[in-house]
Amino acid sequence: MLNARIPSGPIDKKWDQHRFDLKLVNPANKRKFDVIVVGTGLAGGSAAATLAELGYNVKAFCFQDSPRRAHSIAAQGGINAAKNYQNDGDSIYRLFYDTVKGGDYRSREANVYRLAQVSVNIIDQCAAQGVPFAREYGGTLDNRSFGGAQVSRTFYARGQTGQQLLLGAYQALERQIASGKVEMFPRTEMLDVVLVDGRARGIVVRNLVTGEISSHAGDAVVLATGGYSNVFFLSTNAKNCNVTAAWRAHRRGAHFANPCFTQIHPTCIPVSGDYQSKLTLMSESLRNDGRIWVPKKKGDKRPANQIPENERDYYLERKYPSFGNLVPRDVASRNAKDVCDEGRGVGPTGLGVYLDFAEAIGRLGKKAISDRYGNLFQMYEKITGEDPYEVPMRIYPALHYTMGGLWVDYNLMTSVEGLYAIGEANFSDHGANRLGASALMQGLADGYFVLPYTIGDYLSQHMGEKITTDHPAFAATEAEVRDQAKKLLAINGSRTVDSFHRELGQLMWDHCGMARNEAGLKSALEKIPALEEEFWNDVKVVGSAESVNQSLEKAGRVADFFELGKLMCHDALERTESCGGHFREESQTPEGEALRKDEEFSYVSAWGYNPDGPPKLNKEELEFEYVKLTQRSYK
Amino acid sequence: MDLTLKVWRQAGPKAEGRMKTYPAPDVSPEMSFLEMLDVVNQGLEENGEEPIVFDHDCREGICGACSLMIDGVAHGPQAGTTACQLHMRHFKDGDEITIEPWRAAGFPVIKDLMVDRSAFDRIIQAGGFISINTGSAPDANEVLVPKVDADQAFEAAACIGCGACVAQCPNGAAQLFTSAKVSHLGLVPQGQPERDQRVISMVAQMEDEAFGSCTNHRECEAVCPKEISIDFIARMNRDYLKARLSSRAK
Repeated sequence: MLNARIPSGPIDKKWDQHRFDLKLVNPANKRKFDVIVVGTGLAGGSAAATLAELGYNVKAFCFQDSPRRAHSIAAQGGINAAKNYQNDGDSIYRLFYDTVKGGDYRSREANVYRLAQVSVNIIDQCAAQGVPFAREYGGTLDNRSFGGAQVSRTFYARGQTGQQLLLGAYQALERQIASGKVEMFPRTEMLDVVLVDGRARGIVVRNLVTGEISSHAGDAVVLATGGYSNVFFLSTNAKNCNVTAAWRAHRRGAHFANPCFTQIHPTCIPVSGDYQSKLTLMSESLRNDGRIWVPKKKGDKRPANQIPENERDYYLERKYPSFGNLVPRDVASRNAKDVCDEGRGVGPTGLGVYLDFAEAIGRLGKKAISDRYGNLFQMYEKITGEDPYEVPMRIYPALHYTMGGLWVDYNLMTSVEGLYAIGEANFSDHGANRLGASALMQGLADGYFVLPYTIGDYLSQHMGEKITTDHPAFAATEAEVRDQAKKLLAINGSRTVDSFHRELGQLMWDHCGMARNEAGLKSALEKIPALEEEFWNDVKVVGSAESVNQSLEKAGRVADFFELGKLMCHDALERTESCGGHFREESQTPEGEALRKDEEFSYVSAWGYNPDGPPKLNKEELEFEYVKLTQRSYK
Repeated sequence: MDLTLKVWRQAGPKAEGRMKTYPAPDVSPEMSFLEMLDVVNQGLEENGEEPIVFDHDCREGICGACSLMIDGVAHGPQAGTTACQLHMRHFKDGDEITIEPWRAAGFPVIKDLMVDRSAFDRIIQAGGFISINTGSAPDANEVLVPKVDADQAFEAAACIGCGACVAQCPNGAAQLFTSAKVSHLGLVPQGQPERDQRVISMVAQMEDEAFGSCTNHRECEAVCPKEISIDFIARMNRDYLKARLSSRAK
């Protein structure tokens, strides 16, 4: 049984008491510590900047050419905070409650409460940085409502909230780079973590321009390396998002928690062909006015406007009369898959459903719809070449976010001492399903307001234990990293890295995607190792390790995705309940909804790496003292 | 459709580069421009040739990584669109397409179509921020920002730092990029204490980099994927002059 080191006491006092109990590093001593931060998105960028402001020496790493380009930048909707500026009954307790419920009761109460507490500080900090949030005419901040909540607590900057928050953190980081407290390494990819006496003491990286492999030593290592949706090849993640940093840490002893908890977003633009490289999200808000339907008849290839009303199936409105088109993300996604599996999907591939605005345009006029969704309609037309004012949009679900990640305790430390994981890279706060506008909140909470406190407690206990990259552990780890690159380049087989990645992604989508069952997961656990073996015998990586080599970068990442894919299937197989984004077909209500088994599965599955056999399951029991567990219903 | 690509290939920063011709057969009009390049690269790899190197990441037009001159136009023929959001239906069968990296002294080529844009980060380091340590912020609603100012600040803040403005400018000038950040922070009350020093430091850094000078060609505005107005350059020039005349700034 894992110990999450949750402080005792009432939930609203835990964090305050804990901050008092944490040991401090005095201001003059902070400069004696070196902290390594990998990843510069909302979590890593805010952590690196804040640690440097406190006086620590920070080395920050990102694979992009600038920290400003981390994938946090693509978040559209907004960021939640329990400010209650709208006077509509919001509170820290309500945000906490909504988040635990939205996560289908598989998150840790104490962490979520802390998240809700610091959410208010985040907005203050970002506003002070000059983030151009939407404003009312009086100059105060504007809010909007978002899925899973009945209050308006979402702060936003048009449809570019992630970009503006990231630029705020990036500018804070650049300020510290200018002051010399942060040394920044862009175009540098972490390929391993170095352990000395069981503690994380550094990393091994590859310079993506020169190909040089080098080591960096430090007193603690922070991973802020994002999620792993790209194991599915097609997802809404940026092309270069990967699991390598987290996976290499896992191989060195960090437990990987709830890997099968993945979130599928229902409103993405469908795949148009086998060259497709990524999927684009359309804001969920479209479901407020669009009606989702497919033809009643299988294989009906008539254009949408030639299918009469009585031959259309508005299946969400039919099955869920009270919520209709506004059912939660997981329910909307699964139903789209079901109708397509029945052969009623639309578009050239048959993997799509209509999102129709004709009725709304008729009721409200084209102008009103354009005011609400103009930019989204424009984006849709840019990508598909179809005008959604004239023909219904076609949408299909796509992988979007991963709730699973490295297991961390209350201090955000992984099961490896001195190794921390923050933001999407950890598993902590979203349970089995993340609510909209909560990812930005968690990334910034971890980076600005949680890690900078908790890391001091660890560092203060290790004063004067300096180490340099001369320690033999660095040379040994570097050698392993070099060997892998050499091995990949030497195979010189017949298939490209992308062709393997696509095939792996398809296997994951088919067997560990929107709906999972025992037979499918077991077959995936046979097919993935076979494909992995083929990869290691037949992949073709052109070029050398001594210059820019994007194929080599991808090959290393895909090698890790194979291992992760297997772990996800193990996790999904072991968890025979349905919860949040994890739908086991064997565990559903008579109406076909997700059925949790709280007696059996109220725990976090934290998997240990085992090179010689099946992964080892460690459990962290989840205790719910404040939130009442209920079955969700949207009928 | 069948296309012919003429692509800039350059093995490294110091190597000599040249245009190379590649066929791009069976291109679907539904493909994005970068997906078309992916397919060409797959073919190259299968033949044991090194794929064409280009920067890209989000493919949603927001990260600012992609940086292609397409037929001499930064990000290609569609206005207000990054190369990753450009789709092949804007081309026709038989077209010959020239693809080059950003061409500007301030952005040296790293390999093929990939360039070094770290000069932009250094301009931000010079003052493109508000100095506020984590934890010392007042309540967010204590500082009121008039909606018109907030909206205008947002227009400037929308810059994605791609560098198209510099690439298209005959002088390789970075005024649009620099002025967007100067204006974003200069338009909000939180940015006022450092306003004078900021514009002086950022302009000095911009001039220290290998960028040229602005001579009002307006090409930057025409190719900016976020359609940022050159009015911000005028605004920066006014701020600069005022700051120069003030006694506080150095």
